[in-house]
Amino acid sequence: MFAFISRRILATIPVMGVVAIVIFLLLRLTPGDPAAIIAGDSATEAQLMEIRARLGLDQPIYIQFFSWIWRLLQGDLGISIISNIPVSTMIAQRLEPTLALAVTTIIFAVLVAVPLGVIAAWRHGTLIDRAVMIFCVMGFSVPVFVLGYLWIYGISINLRWLPVQGYKAIGDGFWPFFQRLILPTLTLSVIYIALIARITRASVLEILDEDYIRTARAKGLTEGRVLLVHALRNAAVPIITIVGIGIALLISGVVVTESVFNLPGLGRLTVDAVLARDYPVIQGVILVFAFVYVIVNLLIDLSYTFFDPRIRY
Amino acid sequence: MQFKHILMGACAALALSAPLLASAPASAETVLRVVKHSSLRVLDPIMTTAYMSRNHGYMIYDTLLAMDEKQVVKPQMAESWKVSDDGLTYTFTLRDGLMWHDGTPVTAEDCIASIKRWGKNDGMGQKLMEFTKEMKALDAKSFTLVLKEPYGLVLESLGKPSSNVPFMVPKKLAETPASEPMPEQIGSGPFKWVKEDFQPGLKAVYAKNTDYKPRSEAPSWASGGKVVKVDKVEWVTMPDHMTAANALINGEIDYLENPPTDLLPIFEADSNLEMRIINKLGSQVMARPNHLHPPFNNPKVLQAMAYAINQKDVMVGMIGNDERYYKTCNSYFICDTTYGSEAGSEGMMKGDIETAKKLLKESGYDGTKVLIMHPTDVATLSSHPPIVAQAMRKAGFNVELQAMDWQSVVSRRAKKDPVDQGGWNMFITTWVGADLINPVANLGVNGKGANGGWFGWYESAKMEELRDKFARETDPAKQKALADEISKLGWSTIPNLPLGQFFAVSVFPKTLKGVLDGPAPYFWNIEKTKG
Repeated sequence: MFAFISRRILATIPVMGVVAIVIFLLLRLTPGDPAAIIAGDSATEAQLMEIRARLGLDQPIYIQFFSWIWRLLQGDLGISIISNIPVSTMIAQRLEPTLALAVTTIIFAVLVAVPLGVIAAWRHGTLIDRAVMIFCVMGFSVPVFVLGYLWIYGISINLRWLPVQGYKAIGDGFWPFFQRLILPTLTLSVIYIALIARITRASVLEILDEDYIRTARAKGLTEGRVLLVHALRNAAVPIITIVGIGIALLISGVVVTESVFNLPGLGRLTVDAVLARDYPVIQGVILVFAFVYVIVNLLIDLSYTFFDPRIRY
Repeated sequence: MQFKHILMGACAALALSAPLLASAPASAETVLRVVKHSSLRVLDPIMTTAYMSRNHGYMIYDTLLAMDEKQVVKPQMAESWKVSDDGLTYTFTLRDGLMWHDGTPVTAEDCIASIKRWGKNDGMGQKLMEFTKEMKALDAKSFTLVLKEPYGLVLESLGKPSSNVPFMVPKKLAETPASEPMPEQIGSGPFKWVKEDFQPGLKAVYAKNTDYKPRSEAPSWASGGKVVKVDKVEWVTMPDHMTAANALINGEIDYLENPPTDLLPIFEADSNLEMRIINKLGSQVMARPNHLHPPFNNPKVLQAMAYAINQKDVMVGMIGNDERYYKTCNSYFICDTTYGSEAGSEGMMKGDIETAKKLLKESGYDGTKVLIMHPTDVATLSSHPPIVAQAMRKAGFNVELQAMDWQSVVSRRAKKDPVDQGGWNMFITTWVGADLINPVANLGVNGKGANGGWFGWYESAKMEELRDKFARETDPAKQKALADEISKLGWSTIPNLPLGQFFAVSVFPKTLKGVLDGPAPYFWNIEKTKG
């Protein structure tokens, strides 16, 4: 196990290296000029050239690349060329809202989706099963921003129960923090509920046909125990996989929800940086995302051994 | 057993988070929450012409002079100025009690250094510096600006209301090269920068400068008394307009700077909200042809385009049918201003396809492709290119619209190469009216071509001669006549095409009193009342 974990951690180094090279080259091949953002619309060419020279953007690409890599190896993600603030500070400012939304969404989604999937499998072919499947199809189909606007209209504008937008850090008090996450969580979790419920249903359905389930029932175990202890645990591996992928996607892909609810997360930071061609910020954020993917995948692999003792590394 | 553990864990977590359950204590601070049209990225309003940076400048910096709503230049940090009989020496005296935010007094040396730095980047500033022989401090509170020869725009330059505004900064900051951002945000303006609360792309916070000594006159544009009536102003960026609208309706924000026109009916239906055009000069949509390459190196082709395009179509496509929010205007210098003139544009910009066809035939146009860059990611810029292209096609132009993001447009427009080598023929942008109100400030009529002209590189020795004459002229009537002459020359050589003027609407609750008009949004004088 230790050897496996060590190997996987060491494997992150080449992965991060490839990500760094690809993202660096991709950005330099994309048209755009950060100097033009800094100088503004009416800047003259001479002003643009001065700014490019100051930022080192007039240097050959390989020099820019090695200077970035050199700083990176020293743990320095660089400084935003637009706002002049360290990239690590900007990422740190945006990490909490993204993590908070990801955690609440995935917890809520798992709490709702797993029972739904199990019940759908247990009552396979009945009205309950169909209702769950209809909900899943709708969950996949309705765009996140439409759901977001509907929640805002109903809960915030009409009932005035919750704020429309914004974020408060947990340090400002739990309720101000939590109340601003309720609608984004409800909005974003729908698609994950649909996804996890479908996978749960399919996995449990497959397990329910196994001989040991028949044996468990023949022993006189209650349906609840059969479903939760015998069926669900054996169906857990694909469910864990999809939940893990969901966490990784949530951290990097919640830009629409962040925009609709004005949450200051990493998704918005990425989009803003791309639109402004703020190369150090884009590079830094993508590296963080890549690292999260690698770590989440590692944790998923390790969790398999807990749910299925037959799996050994 | 396992469940018991989970339950115990949950109880422990709840116990630990108990102190967090209480809400933050209520604050007596008056905070004005404003959703701006964009996010603040660059904090140095001299290094950039970005309007957000200009607006940031108005919060924390002050100006020596300022223009009022009648476009008359008034003293601001200056107590007064004197002009020598020969018109060559301007002496400025500062008001008493002016202090930088770090507690040091404002001096004449600070102002000289600030004007010099501004004069390196700003178009009007550069022109003023060309005419300036020297600037010299007479004492801590007064200095002179000595000209090489008479120059008619000294006060207009120093009282310039829009980018780049000549903001005054401490000498130690003004010595920063103009292409580098100033390392600190120290001004003498009515608000202080709250550095620790700044989150680029999200939030900028300004606290009332309690040491600021406002002028006694009533505020008018950026002139007069800048009396701050709130404790803090927060600029918030909201990427989604609908969310910003909902937040305003729900009372979570106090001021929405520039919502899209399709949301205005929602605000109009809410009796608690006031909608106001703050910038009465509006903004101009400008089509900028590339004069270096065919077919736009031929004035007759450019004139054909001017006849083909219908300004009203462009405006309706952008704003909708509500004429309160746009107007057609063939002036390079904005209609209804001192130099606003439509001379020479008779019959143009009205969609006269027959005349356009005739001129195109006379020009010898050979069907050369016209590549128009079409930014699709900026709502205010995405509607014009298809309308312009369609009008041109009707007149016989071979037009290709190339979709890209705005960043690609600003990057590509710097290329002087022909189209088949990555160049371009035309792009469309917008300008705040205050940036265009005279022939020196207006970069669009700069005729320096590839050697110092703006992108598109319009070249005209005659135009430069007229602009210089205008700059030297001190008689307002003669300046007006020169502006007319420049307009006529412009409409025969087409440095650019004004595609109409539009007016952004700001929305705020009716309980917000004292909101000022101006070419930039100002946040002094605003009071949050209870009803």
